[in-house]
Amino acid sequence: MAKYLLLKHYRGGPKQHANAVAAMDEWTPEEISEHIAFMGKVADDLRERGEFVDAQALAFEGEFVRYGGEGAAPVTDGPFAETKDVIAGWMIIDVDSKERAYEAAAYLSSAPGKDGLPLHEWIEVRPFLTHAPVVE
Amino acid sequence: MFDEHLLRDLTPQVLGVLVGRGADFAAAEDAVQDALVEAVRRWDGDAPDDPKGWLVTVAWRRFLDARRSASARALREVHVTREPAPGPAGQADDTLLLLSRCCHPALSPASAIALTLRAVGGLTTAQIARAFLVPESTMAQRISRAKRTLAGERFERPGDVRAVLRVLYLMFDQGFFERGFAGERKADDADLAAEAIRLARQLAASVPGDAEAAGLLALMLLHHARRAARTDAAGDLVPLALQDRSLWDTAMIGEGVDLLQGALVRDRLGEYQIQAAIAALHDDAATAEETDWSQILEWYDELLKLGPGNPVVALNRAVAVGHVDGPLAGLRLVEGLDAKLPRRDAVAAYLHERAGNTAEAARLYAVAARSAPSTAEMGHLLRQAARLNRARSD
Repeated sequence: MAKYLLLKHYRGGPKQHANAVAAMDEWTPEEISEHIAFMGKVADDLRERGEFVDAQALAFEGEFVRYGGEGAAPVTDGPFAETKDVIAGWMIIDVDSKERAYEAAAYLSSAPGKDGLPLHEWIEVRPFLTHAPVVE
Repeated sequence: MFDEHLLRDLTPQVLGVLVGRGADFAAAEDAVQDALVEAVRRWDGDAPDDPKGWLVTVAWRRFLDARRSASARALREVHVTREPAPGPAGQADDTLLLLSRCCHPALSPASAIALTLRAVGGLTTAQIARAFLVPESTMAQRISRAKRTLAGERFERPGDVRAVLRVLYLMFDQGFFERGFAGERKADDADLAAEAIRLARQLAASVPGDAEAAGLLALMLLHHARRAARTDAAGDLVPLALQDRSLWDTAMIGEGVDLLQGALVRDRLGEYQIQAAIAALHDDAATAEETDWSQILEWYDELLKLGPGNPVVALNRAVAVGHVDGPLAGLRLVEGLDAKLPRRDAVAAYLHERAGNTAEAARLYAVAARSAPSTAEMGHLLRQAARLNRARSD
């Protein structure tokens, strides 16, 4: 088994599919509910298959912080606050193969959006680093 | 079937006896946990005639065993062993003693809540960890650090009731929020809101003259009564005005109102009684339109008198003003508040909608969604924006 991080973005990544262009407040209230319910369903299905590890949603807001010597740490929203990549949330899965990880990511990306159409949203798939093999 | 509730009710009482006999808190707590495990194993469905006495005997033996087997160095440090308390202390006093110990001001609220749930609520570390979505080892560490913090404190007399009220209030508040979008419920998951009510009940019984303890219990009941109506079948948040009021628990509301009235006649007004009074006025309205906003506003004025300049109270008061003096009057108040205040944009959106400024309301709901503190609220605010945008384009 291998663990993968599936990242969903508010902003950033390759150019989005036409279905994923409209902002959520341009959908209908029902479409928003269905989208959120689908996220829960993906987690449930992964749980059912014994592949689910964790899922969390992130707030839109966030800053960069670094060590700056004594005193309060410097904080910045970056010089490119309007264009920076913004992660919306993640799922962590533990699956048999890379193919299966891609399949799960594609499933997540099929979440319904405006007019109930699949968003085709880009999902970033990042394998976890694992331990060194015991048997070489 | 084994009675879990009996054990959980007895936990603080047994712990109280041990502490009353002079056992230090952390060791007593460990001994009681051991005794509970023993009870689960030995009772096998049938509690003994005197379950509390049984638990006290076993726990005290465990405590003495643990102390005897402790290292010589540790023993040397315990050179002053306090005399056993003269006879068992009353159960009510034990509850307050324990609660005030777990809610000691030296602890952070998160640590105090965890320790209270374990030592007084009788929950397992695993249950508490799941309630806070942290690994069990993290929660175990948080609880043991809290116990270490308290190790040097002396606790002959119960501490500050105010500190206990604050911790129980935060525990209830925490339990009020639903799981995230991918949350999963397990059968033995702790219900923090229900735990907070149980503990507030114990506290109110142990300080019968305290108006704020009664007020806090009333506040919890008056909010908890609406729980079934707070989310719809899909798990989406339903705002107060749109809730199906037939789902409200009228018996619980009745109990809350009685408690509140009993507290108010003592003429020792405090923040929990005032918040309970506001909740009671909402609960009392058969429809949202019948809500007595004038009275609610009067209570907010009282609340603001207790904490002048409290921005959260000022924001909530602006909603009441919006209903009494019109949305524009409410908006003027909101505009005077810090732009970074949580939920400020959501309140402004609500008032703009009531003022008929649909476009501005929709824009502000979308802005508010960006800084929503929970997925449930984010979804709710986005749907509000979507609803208004839809209404405009039709």
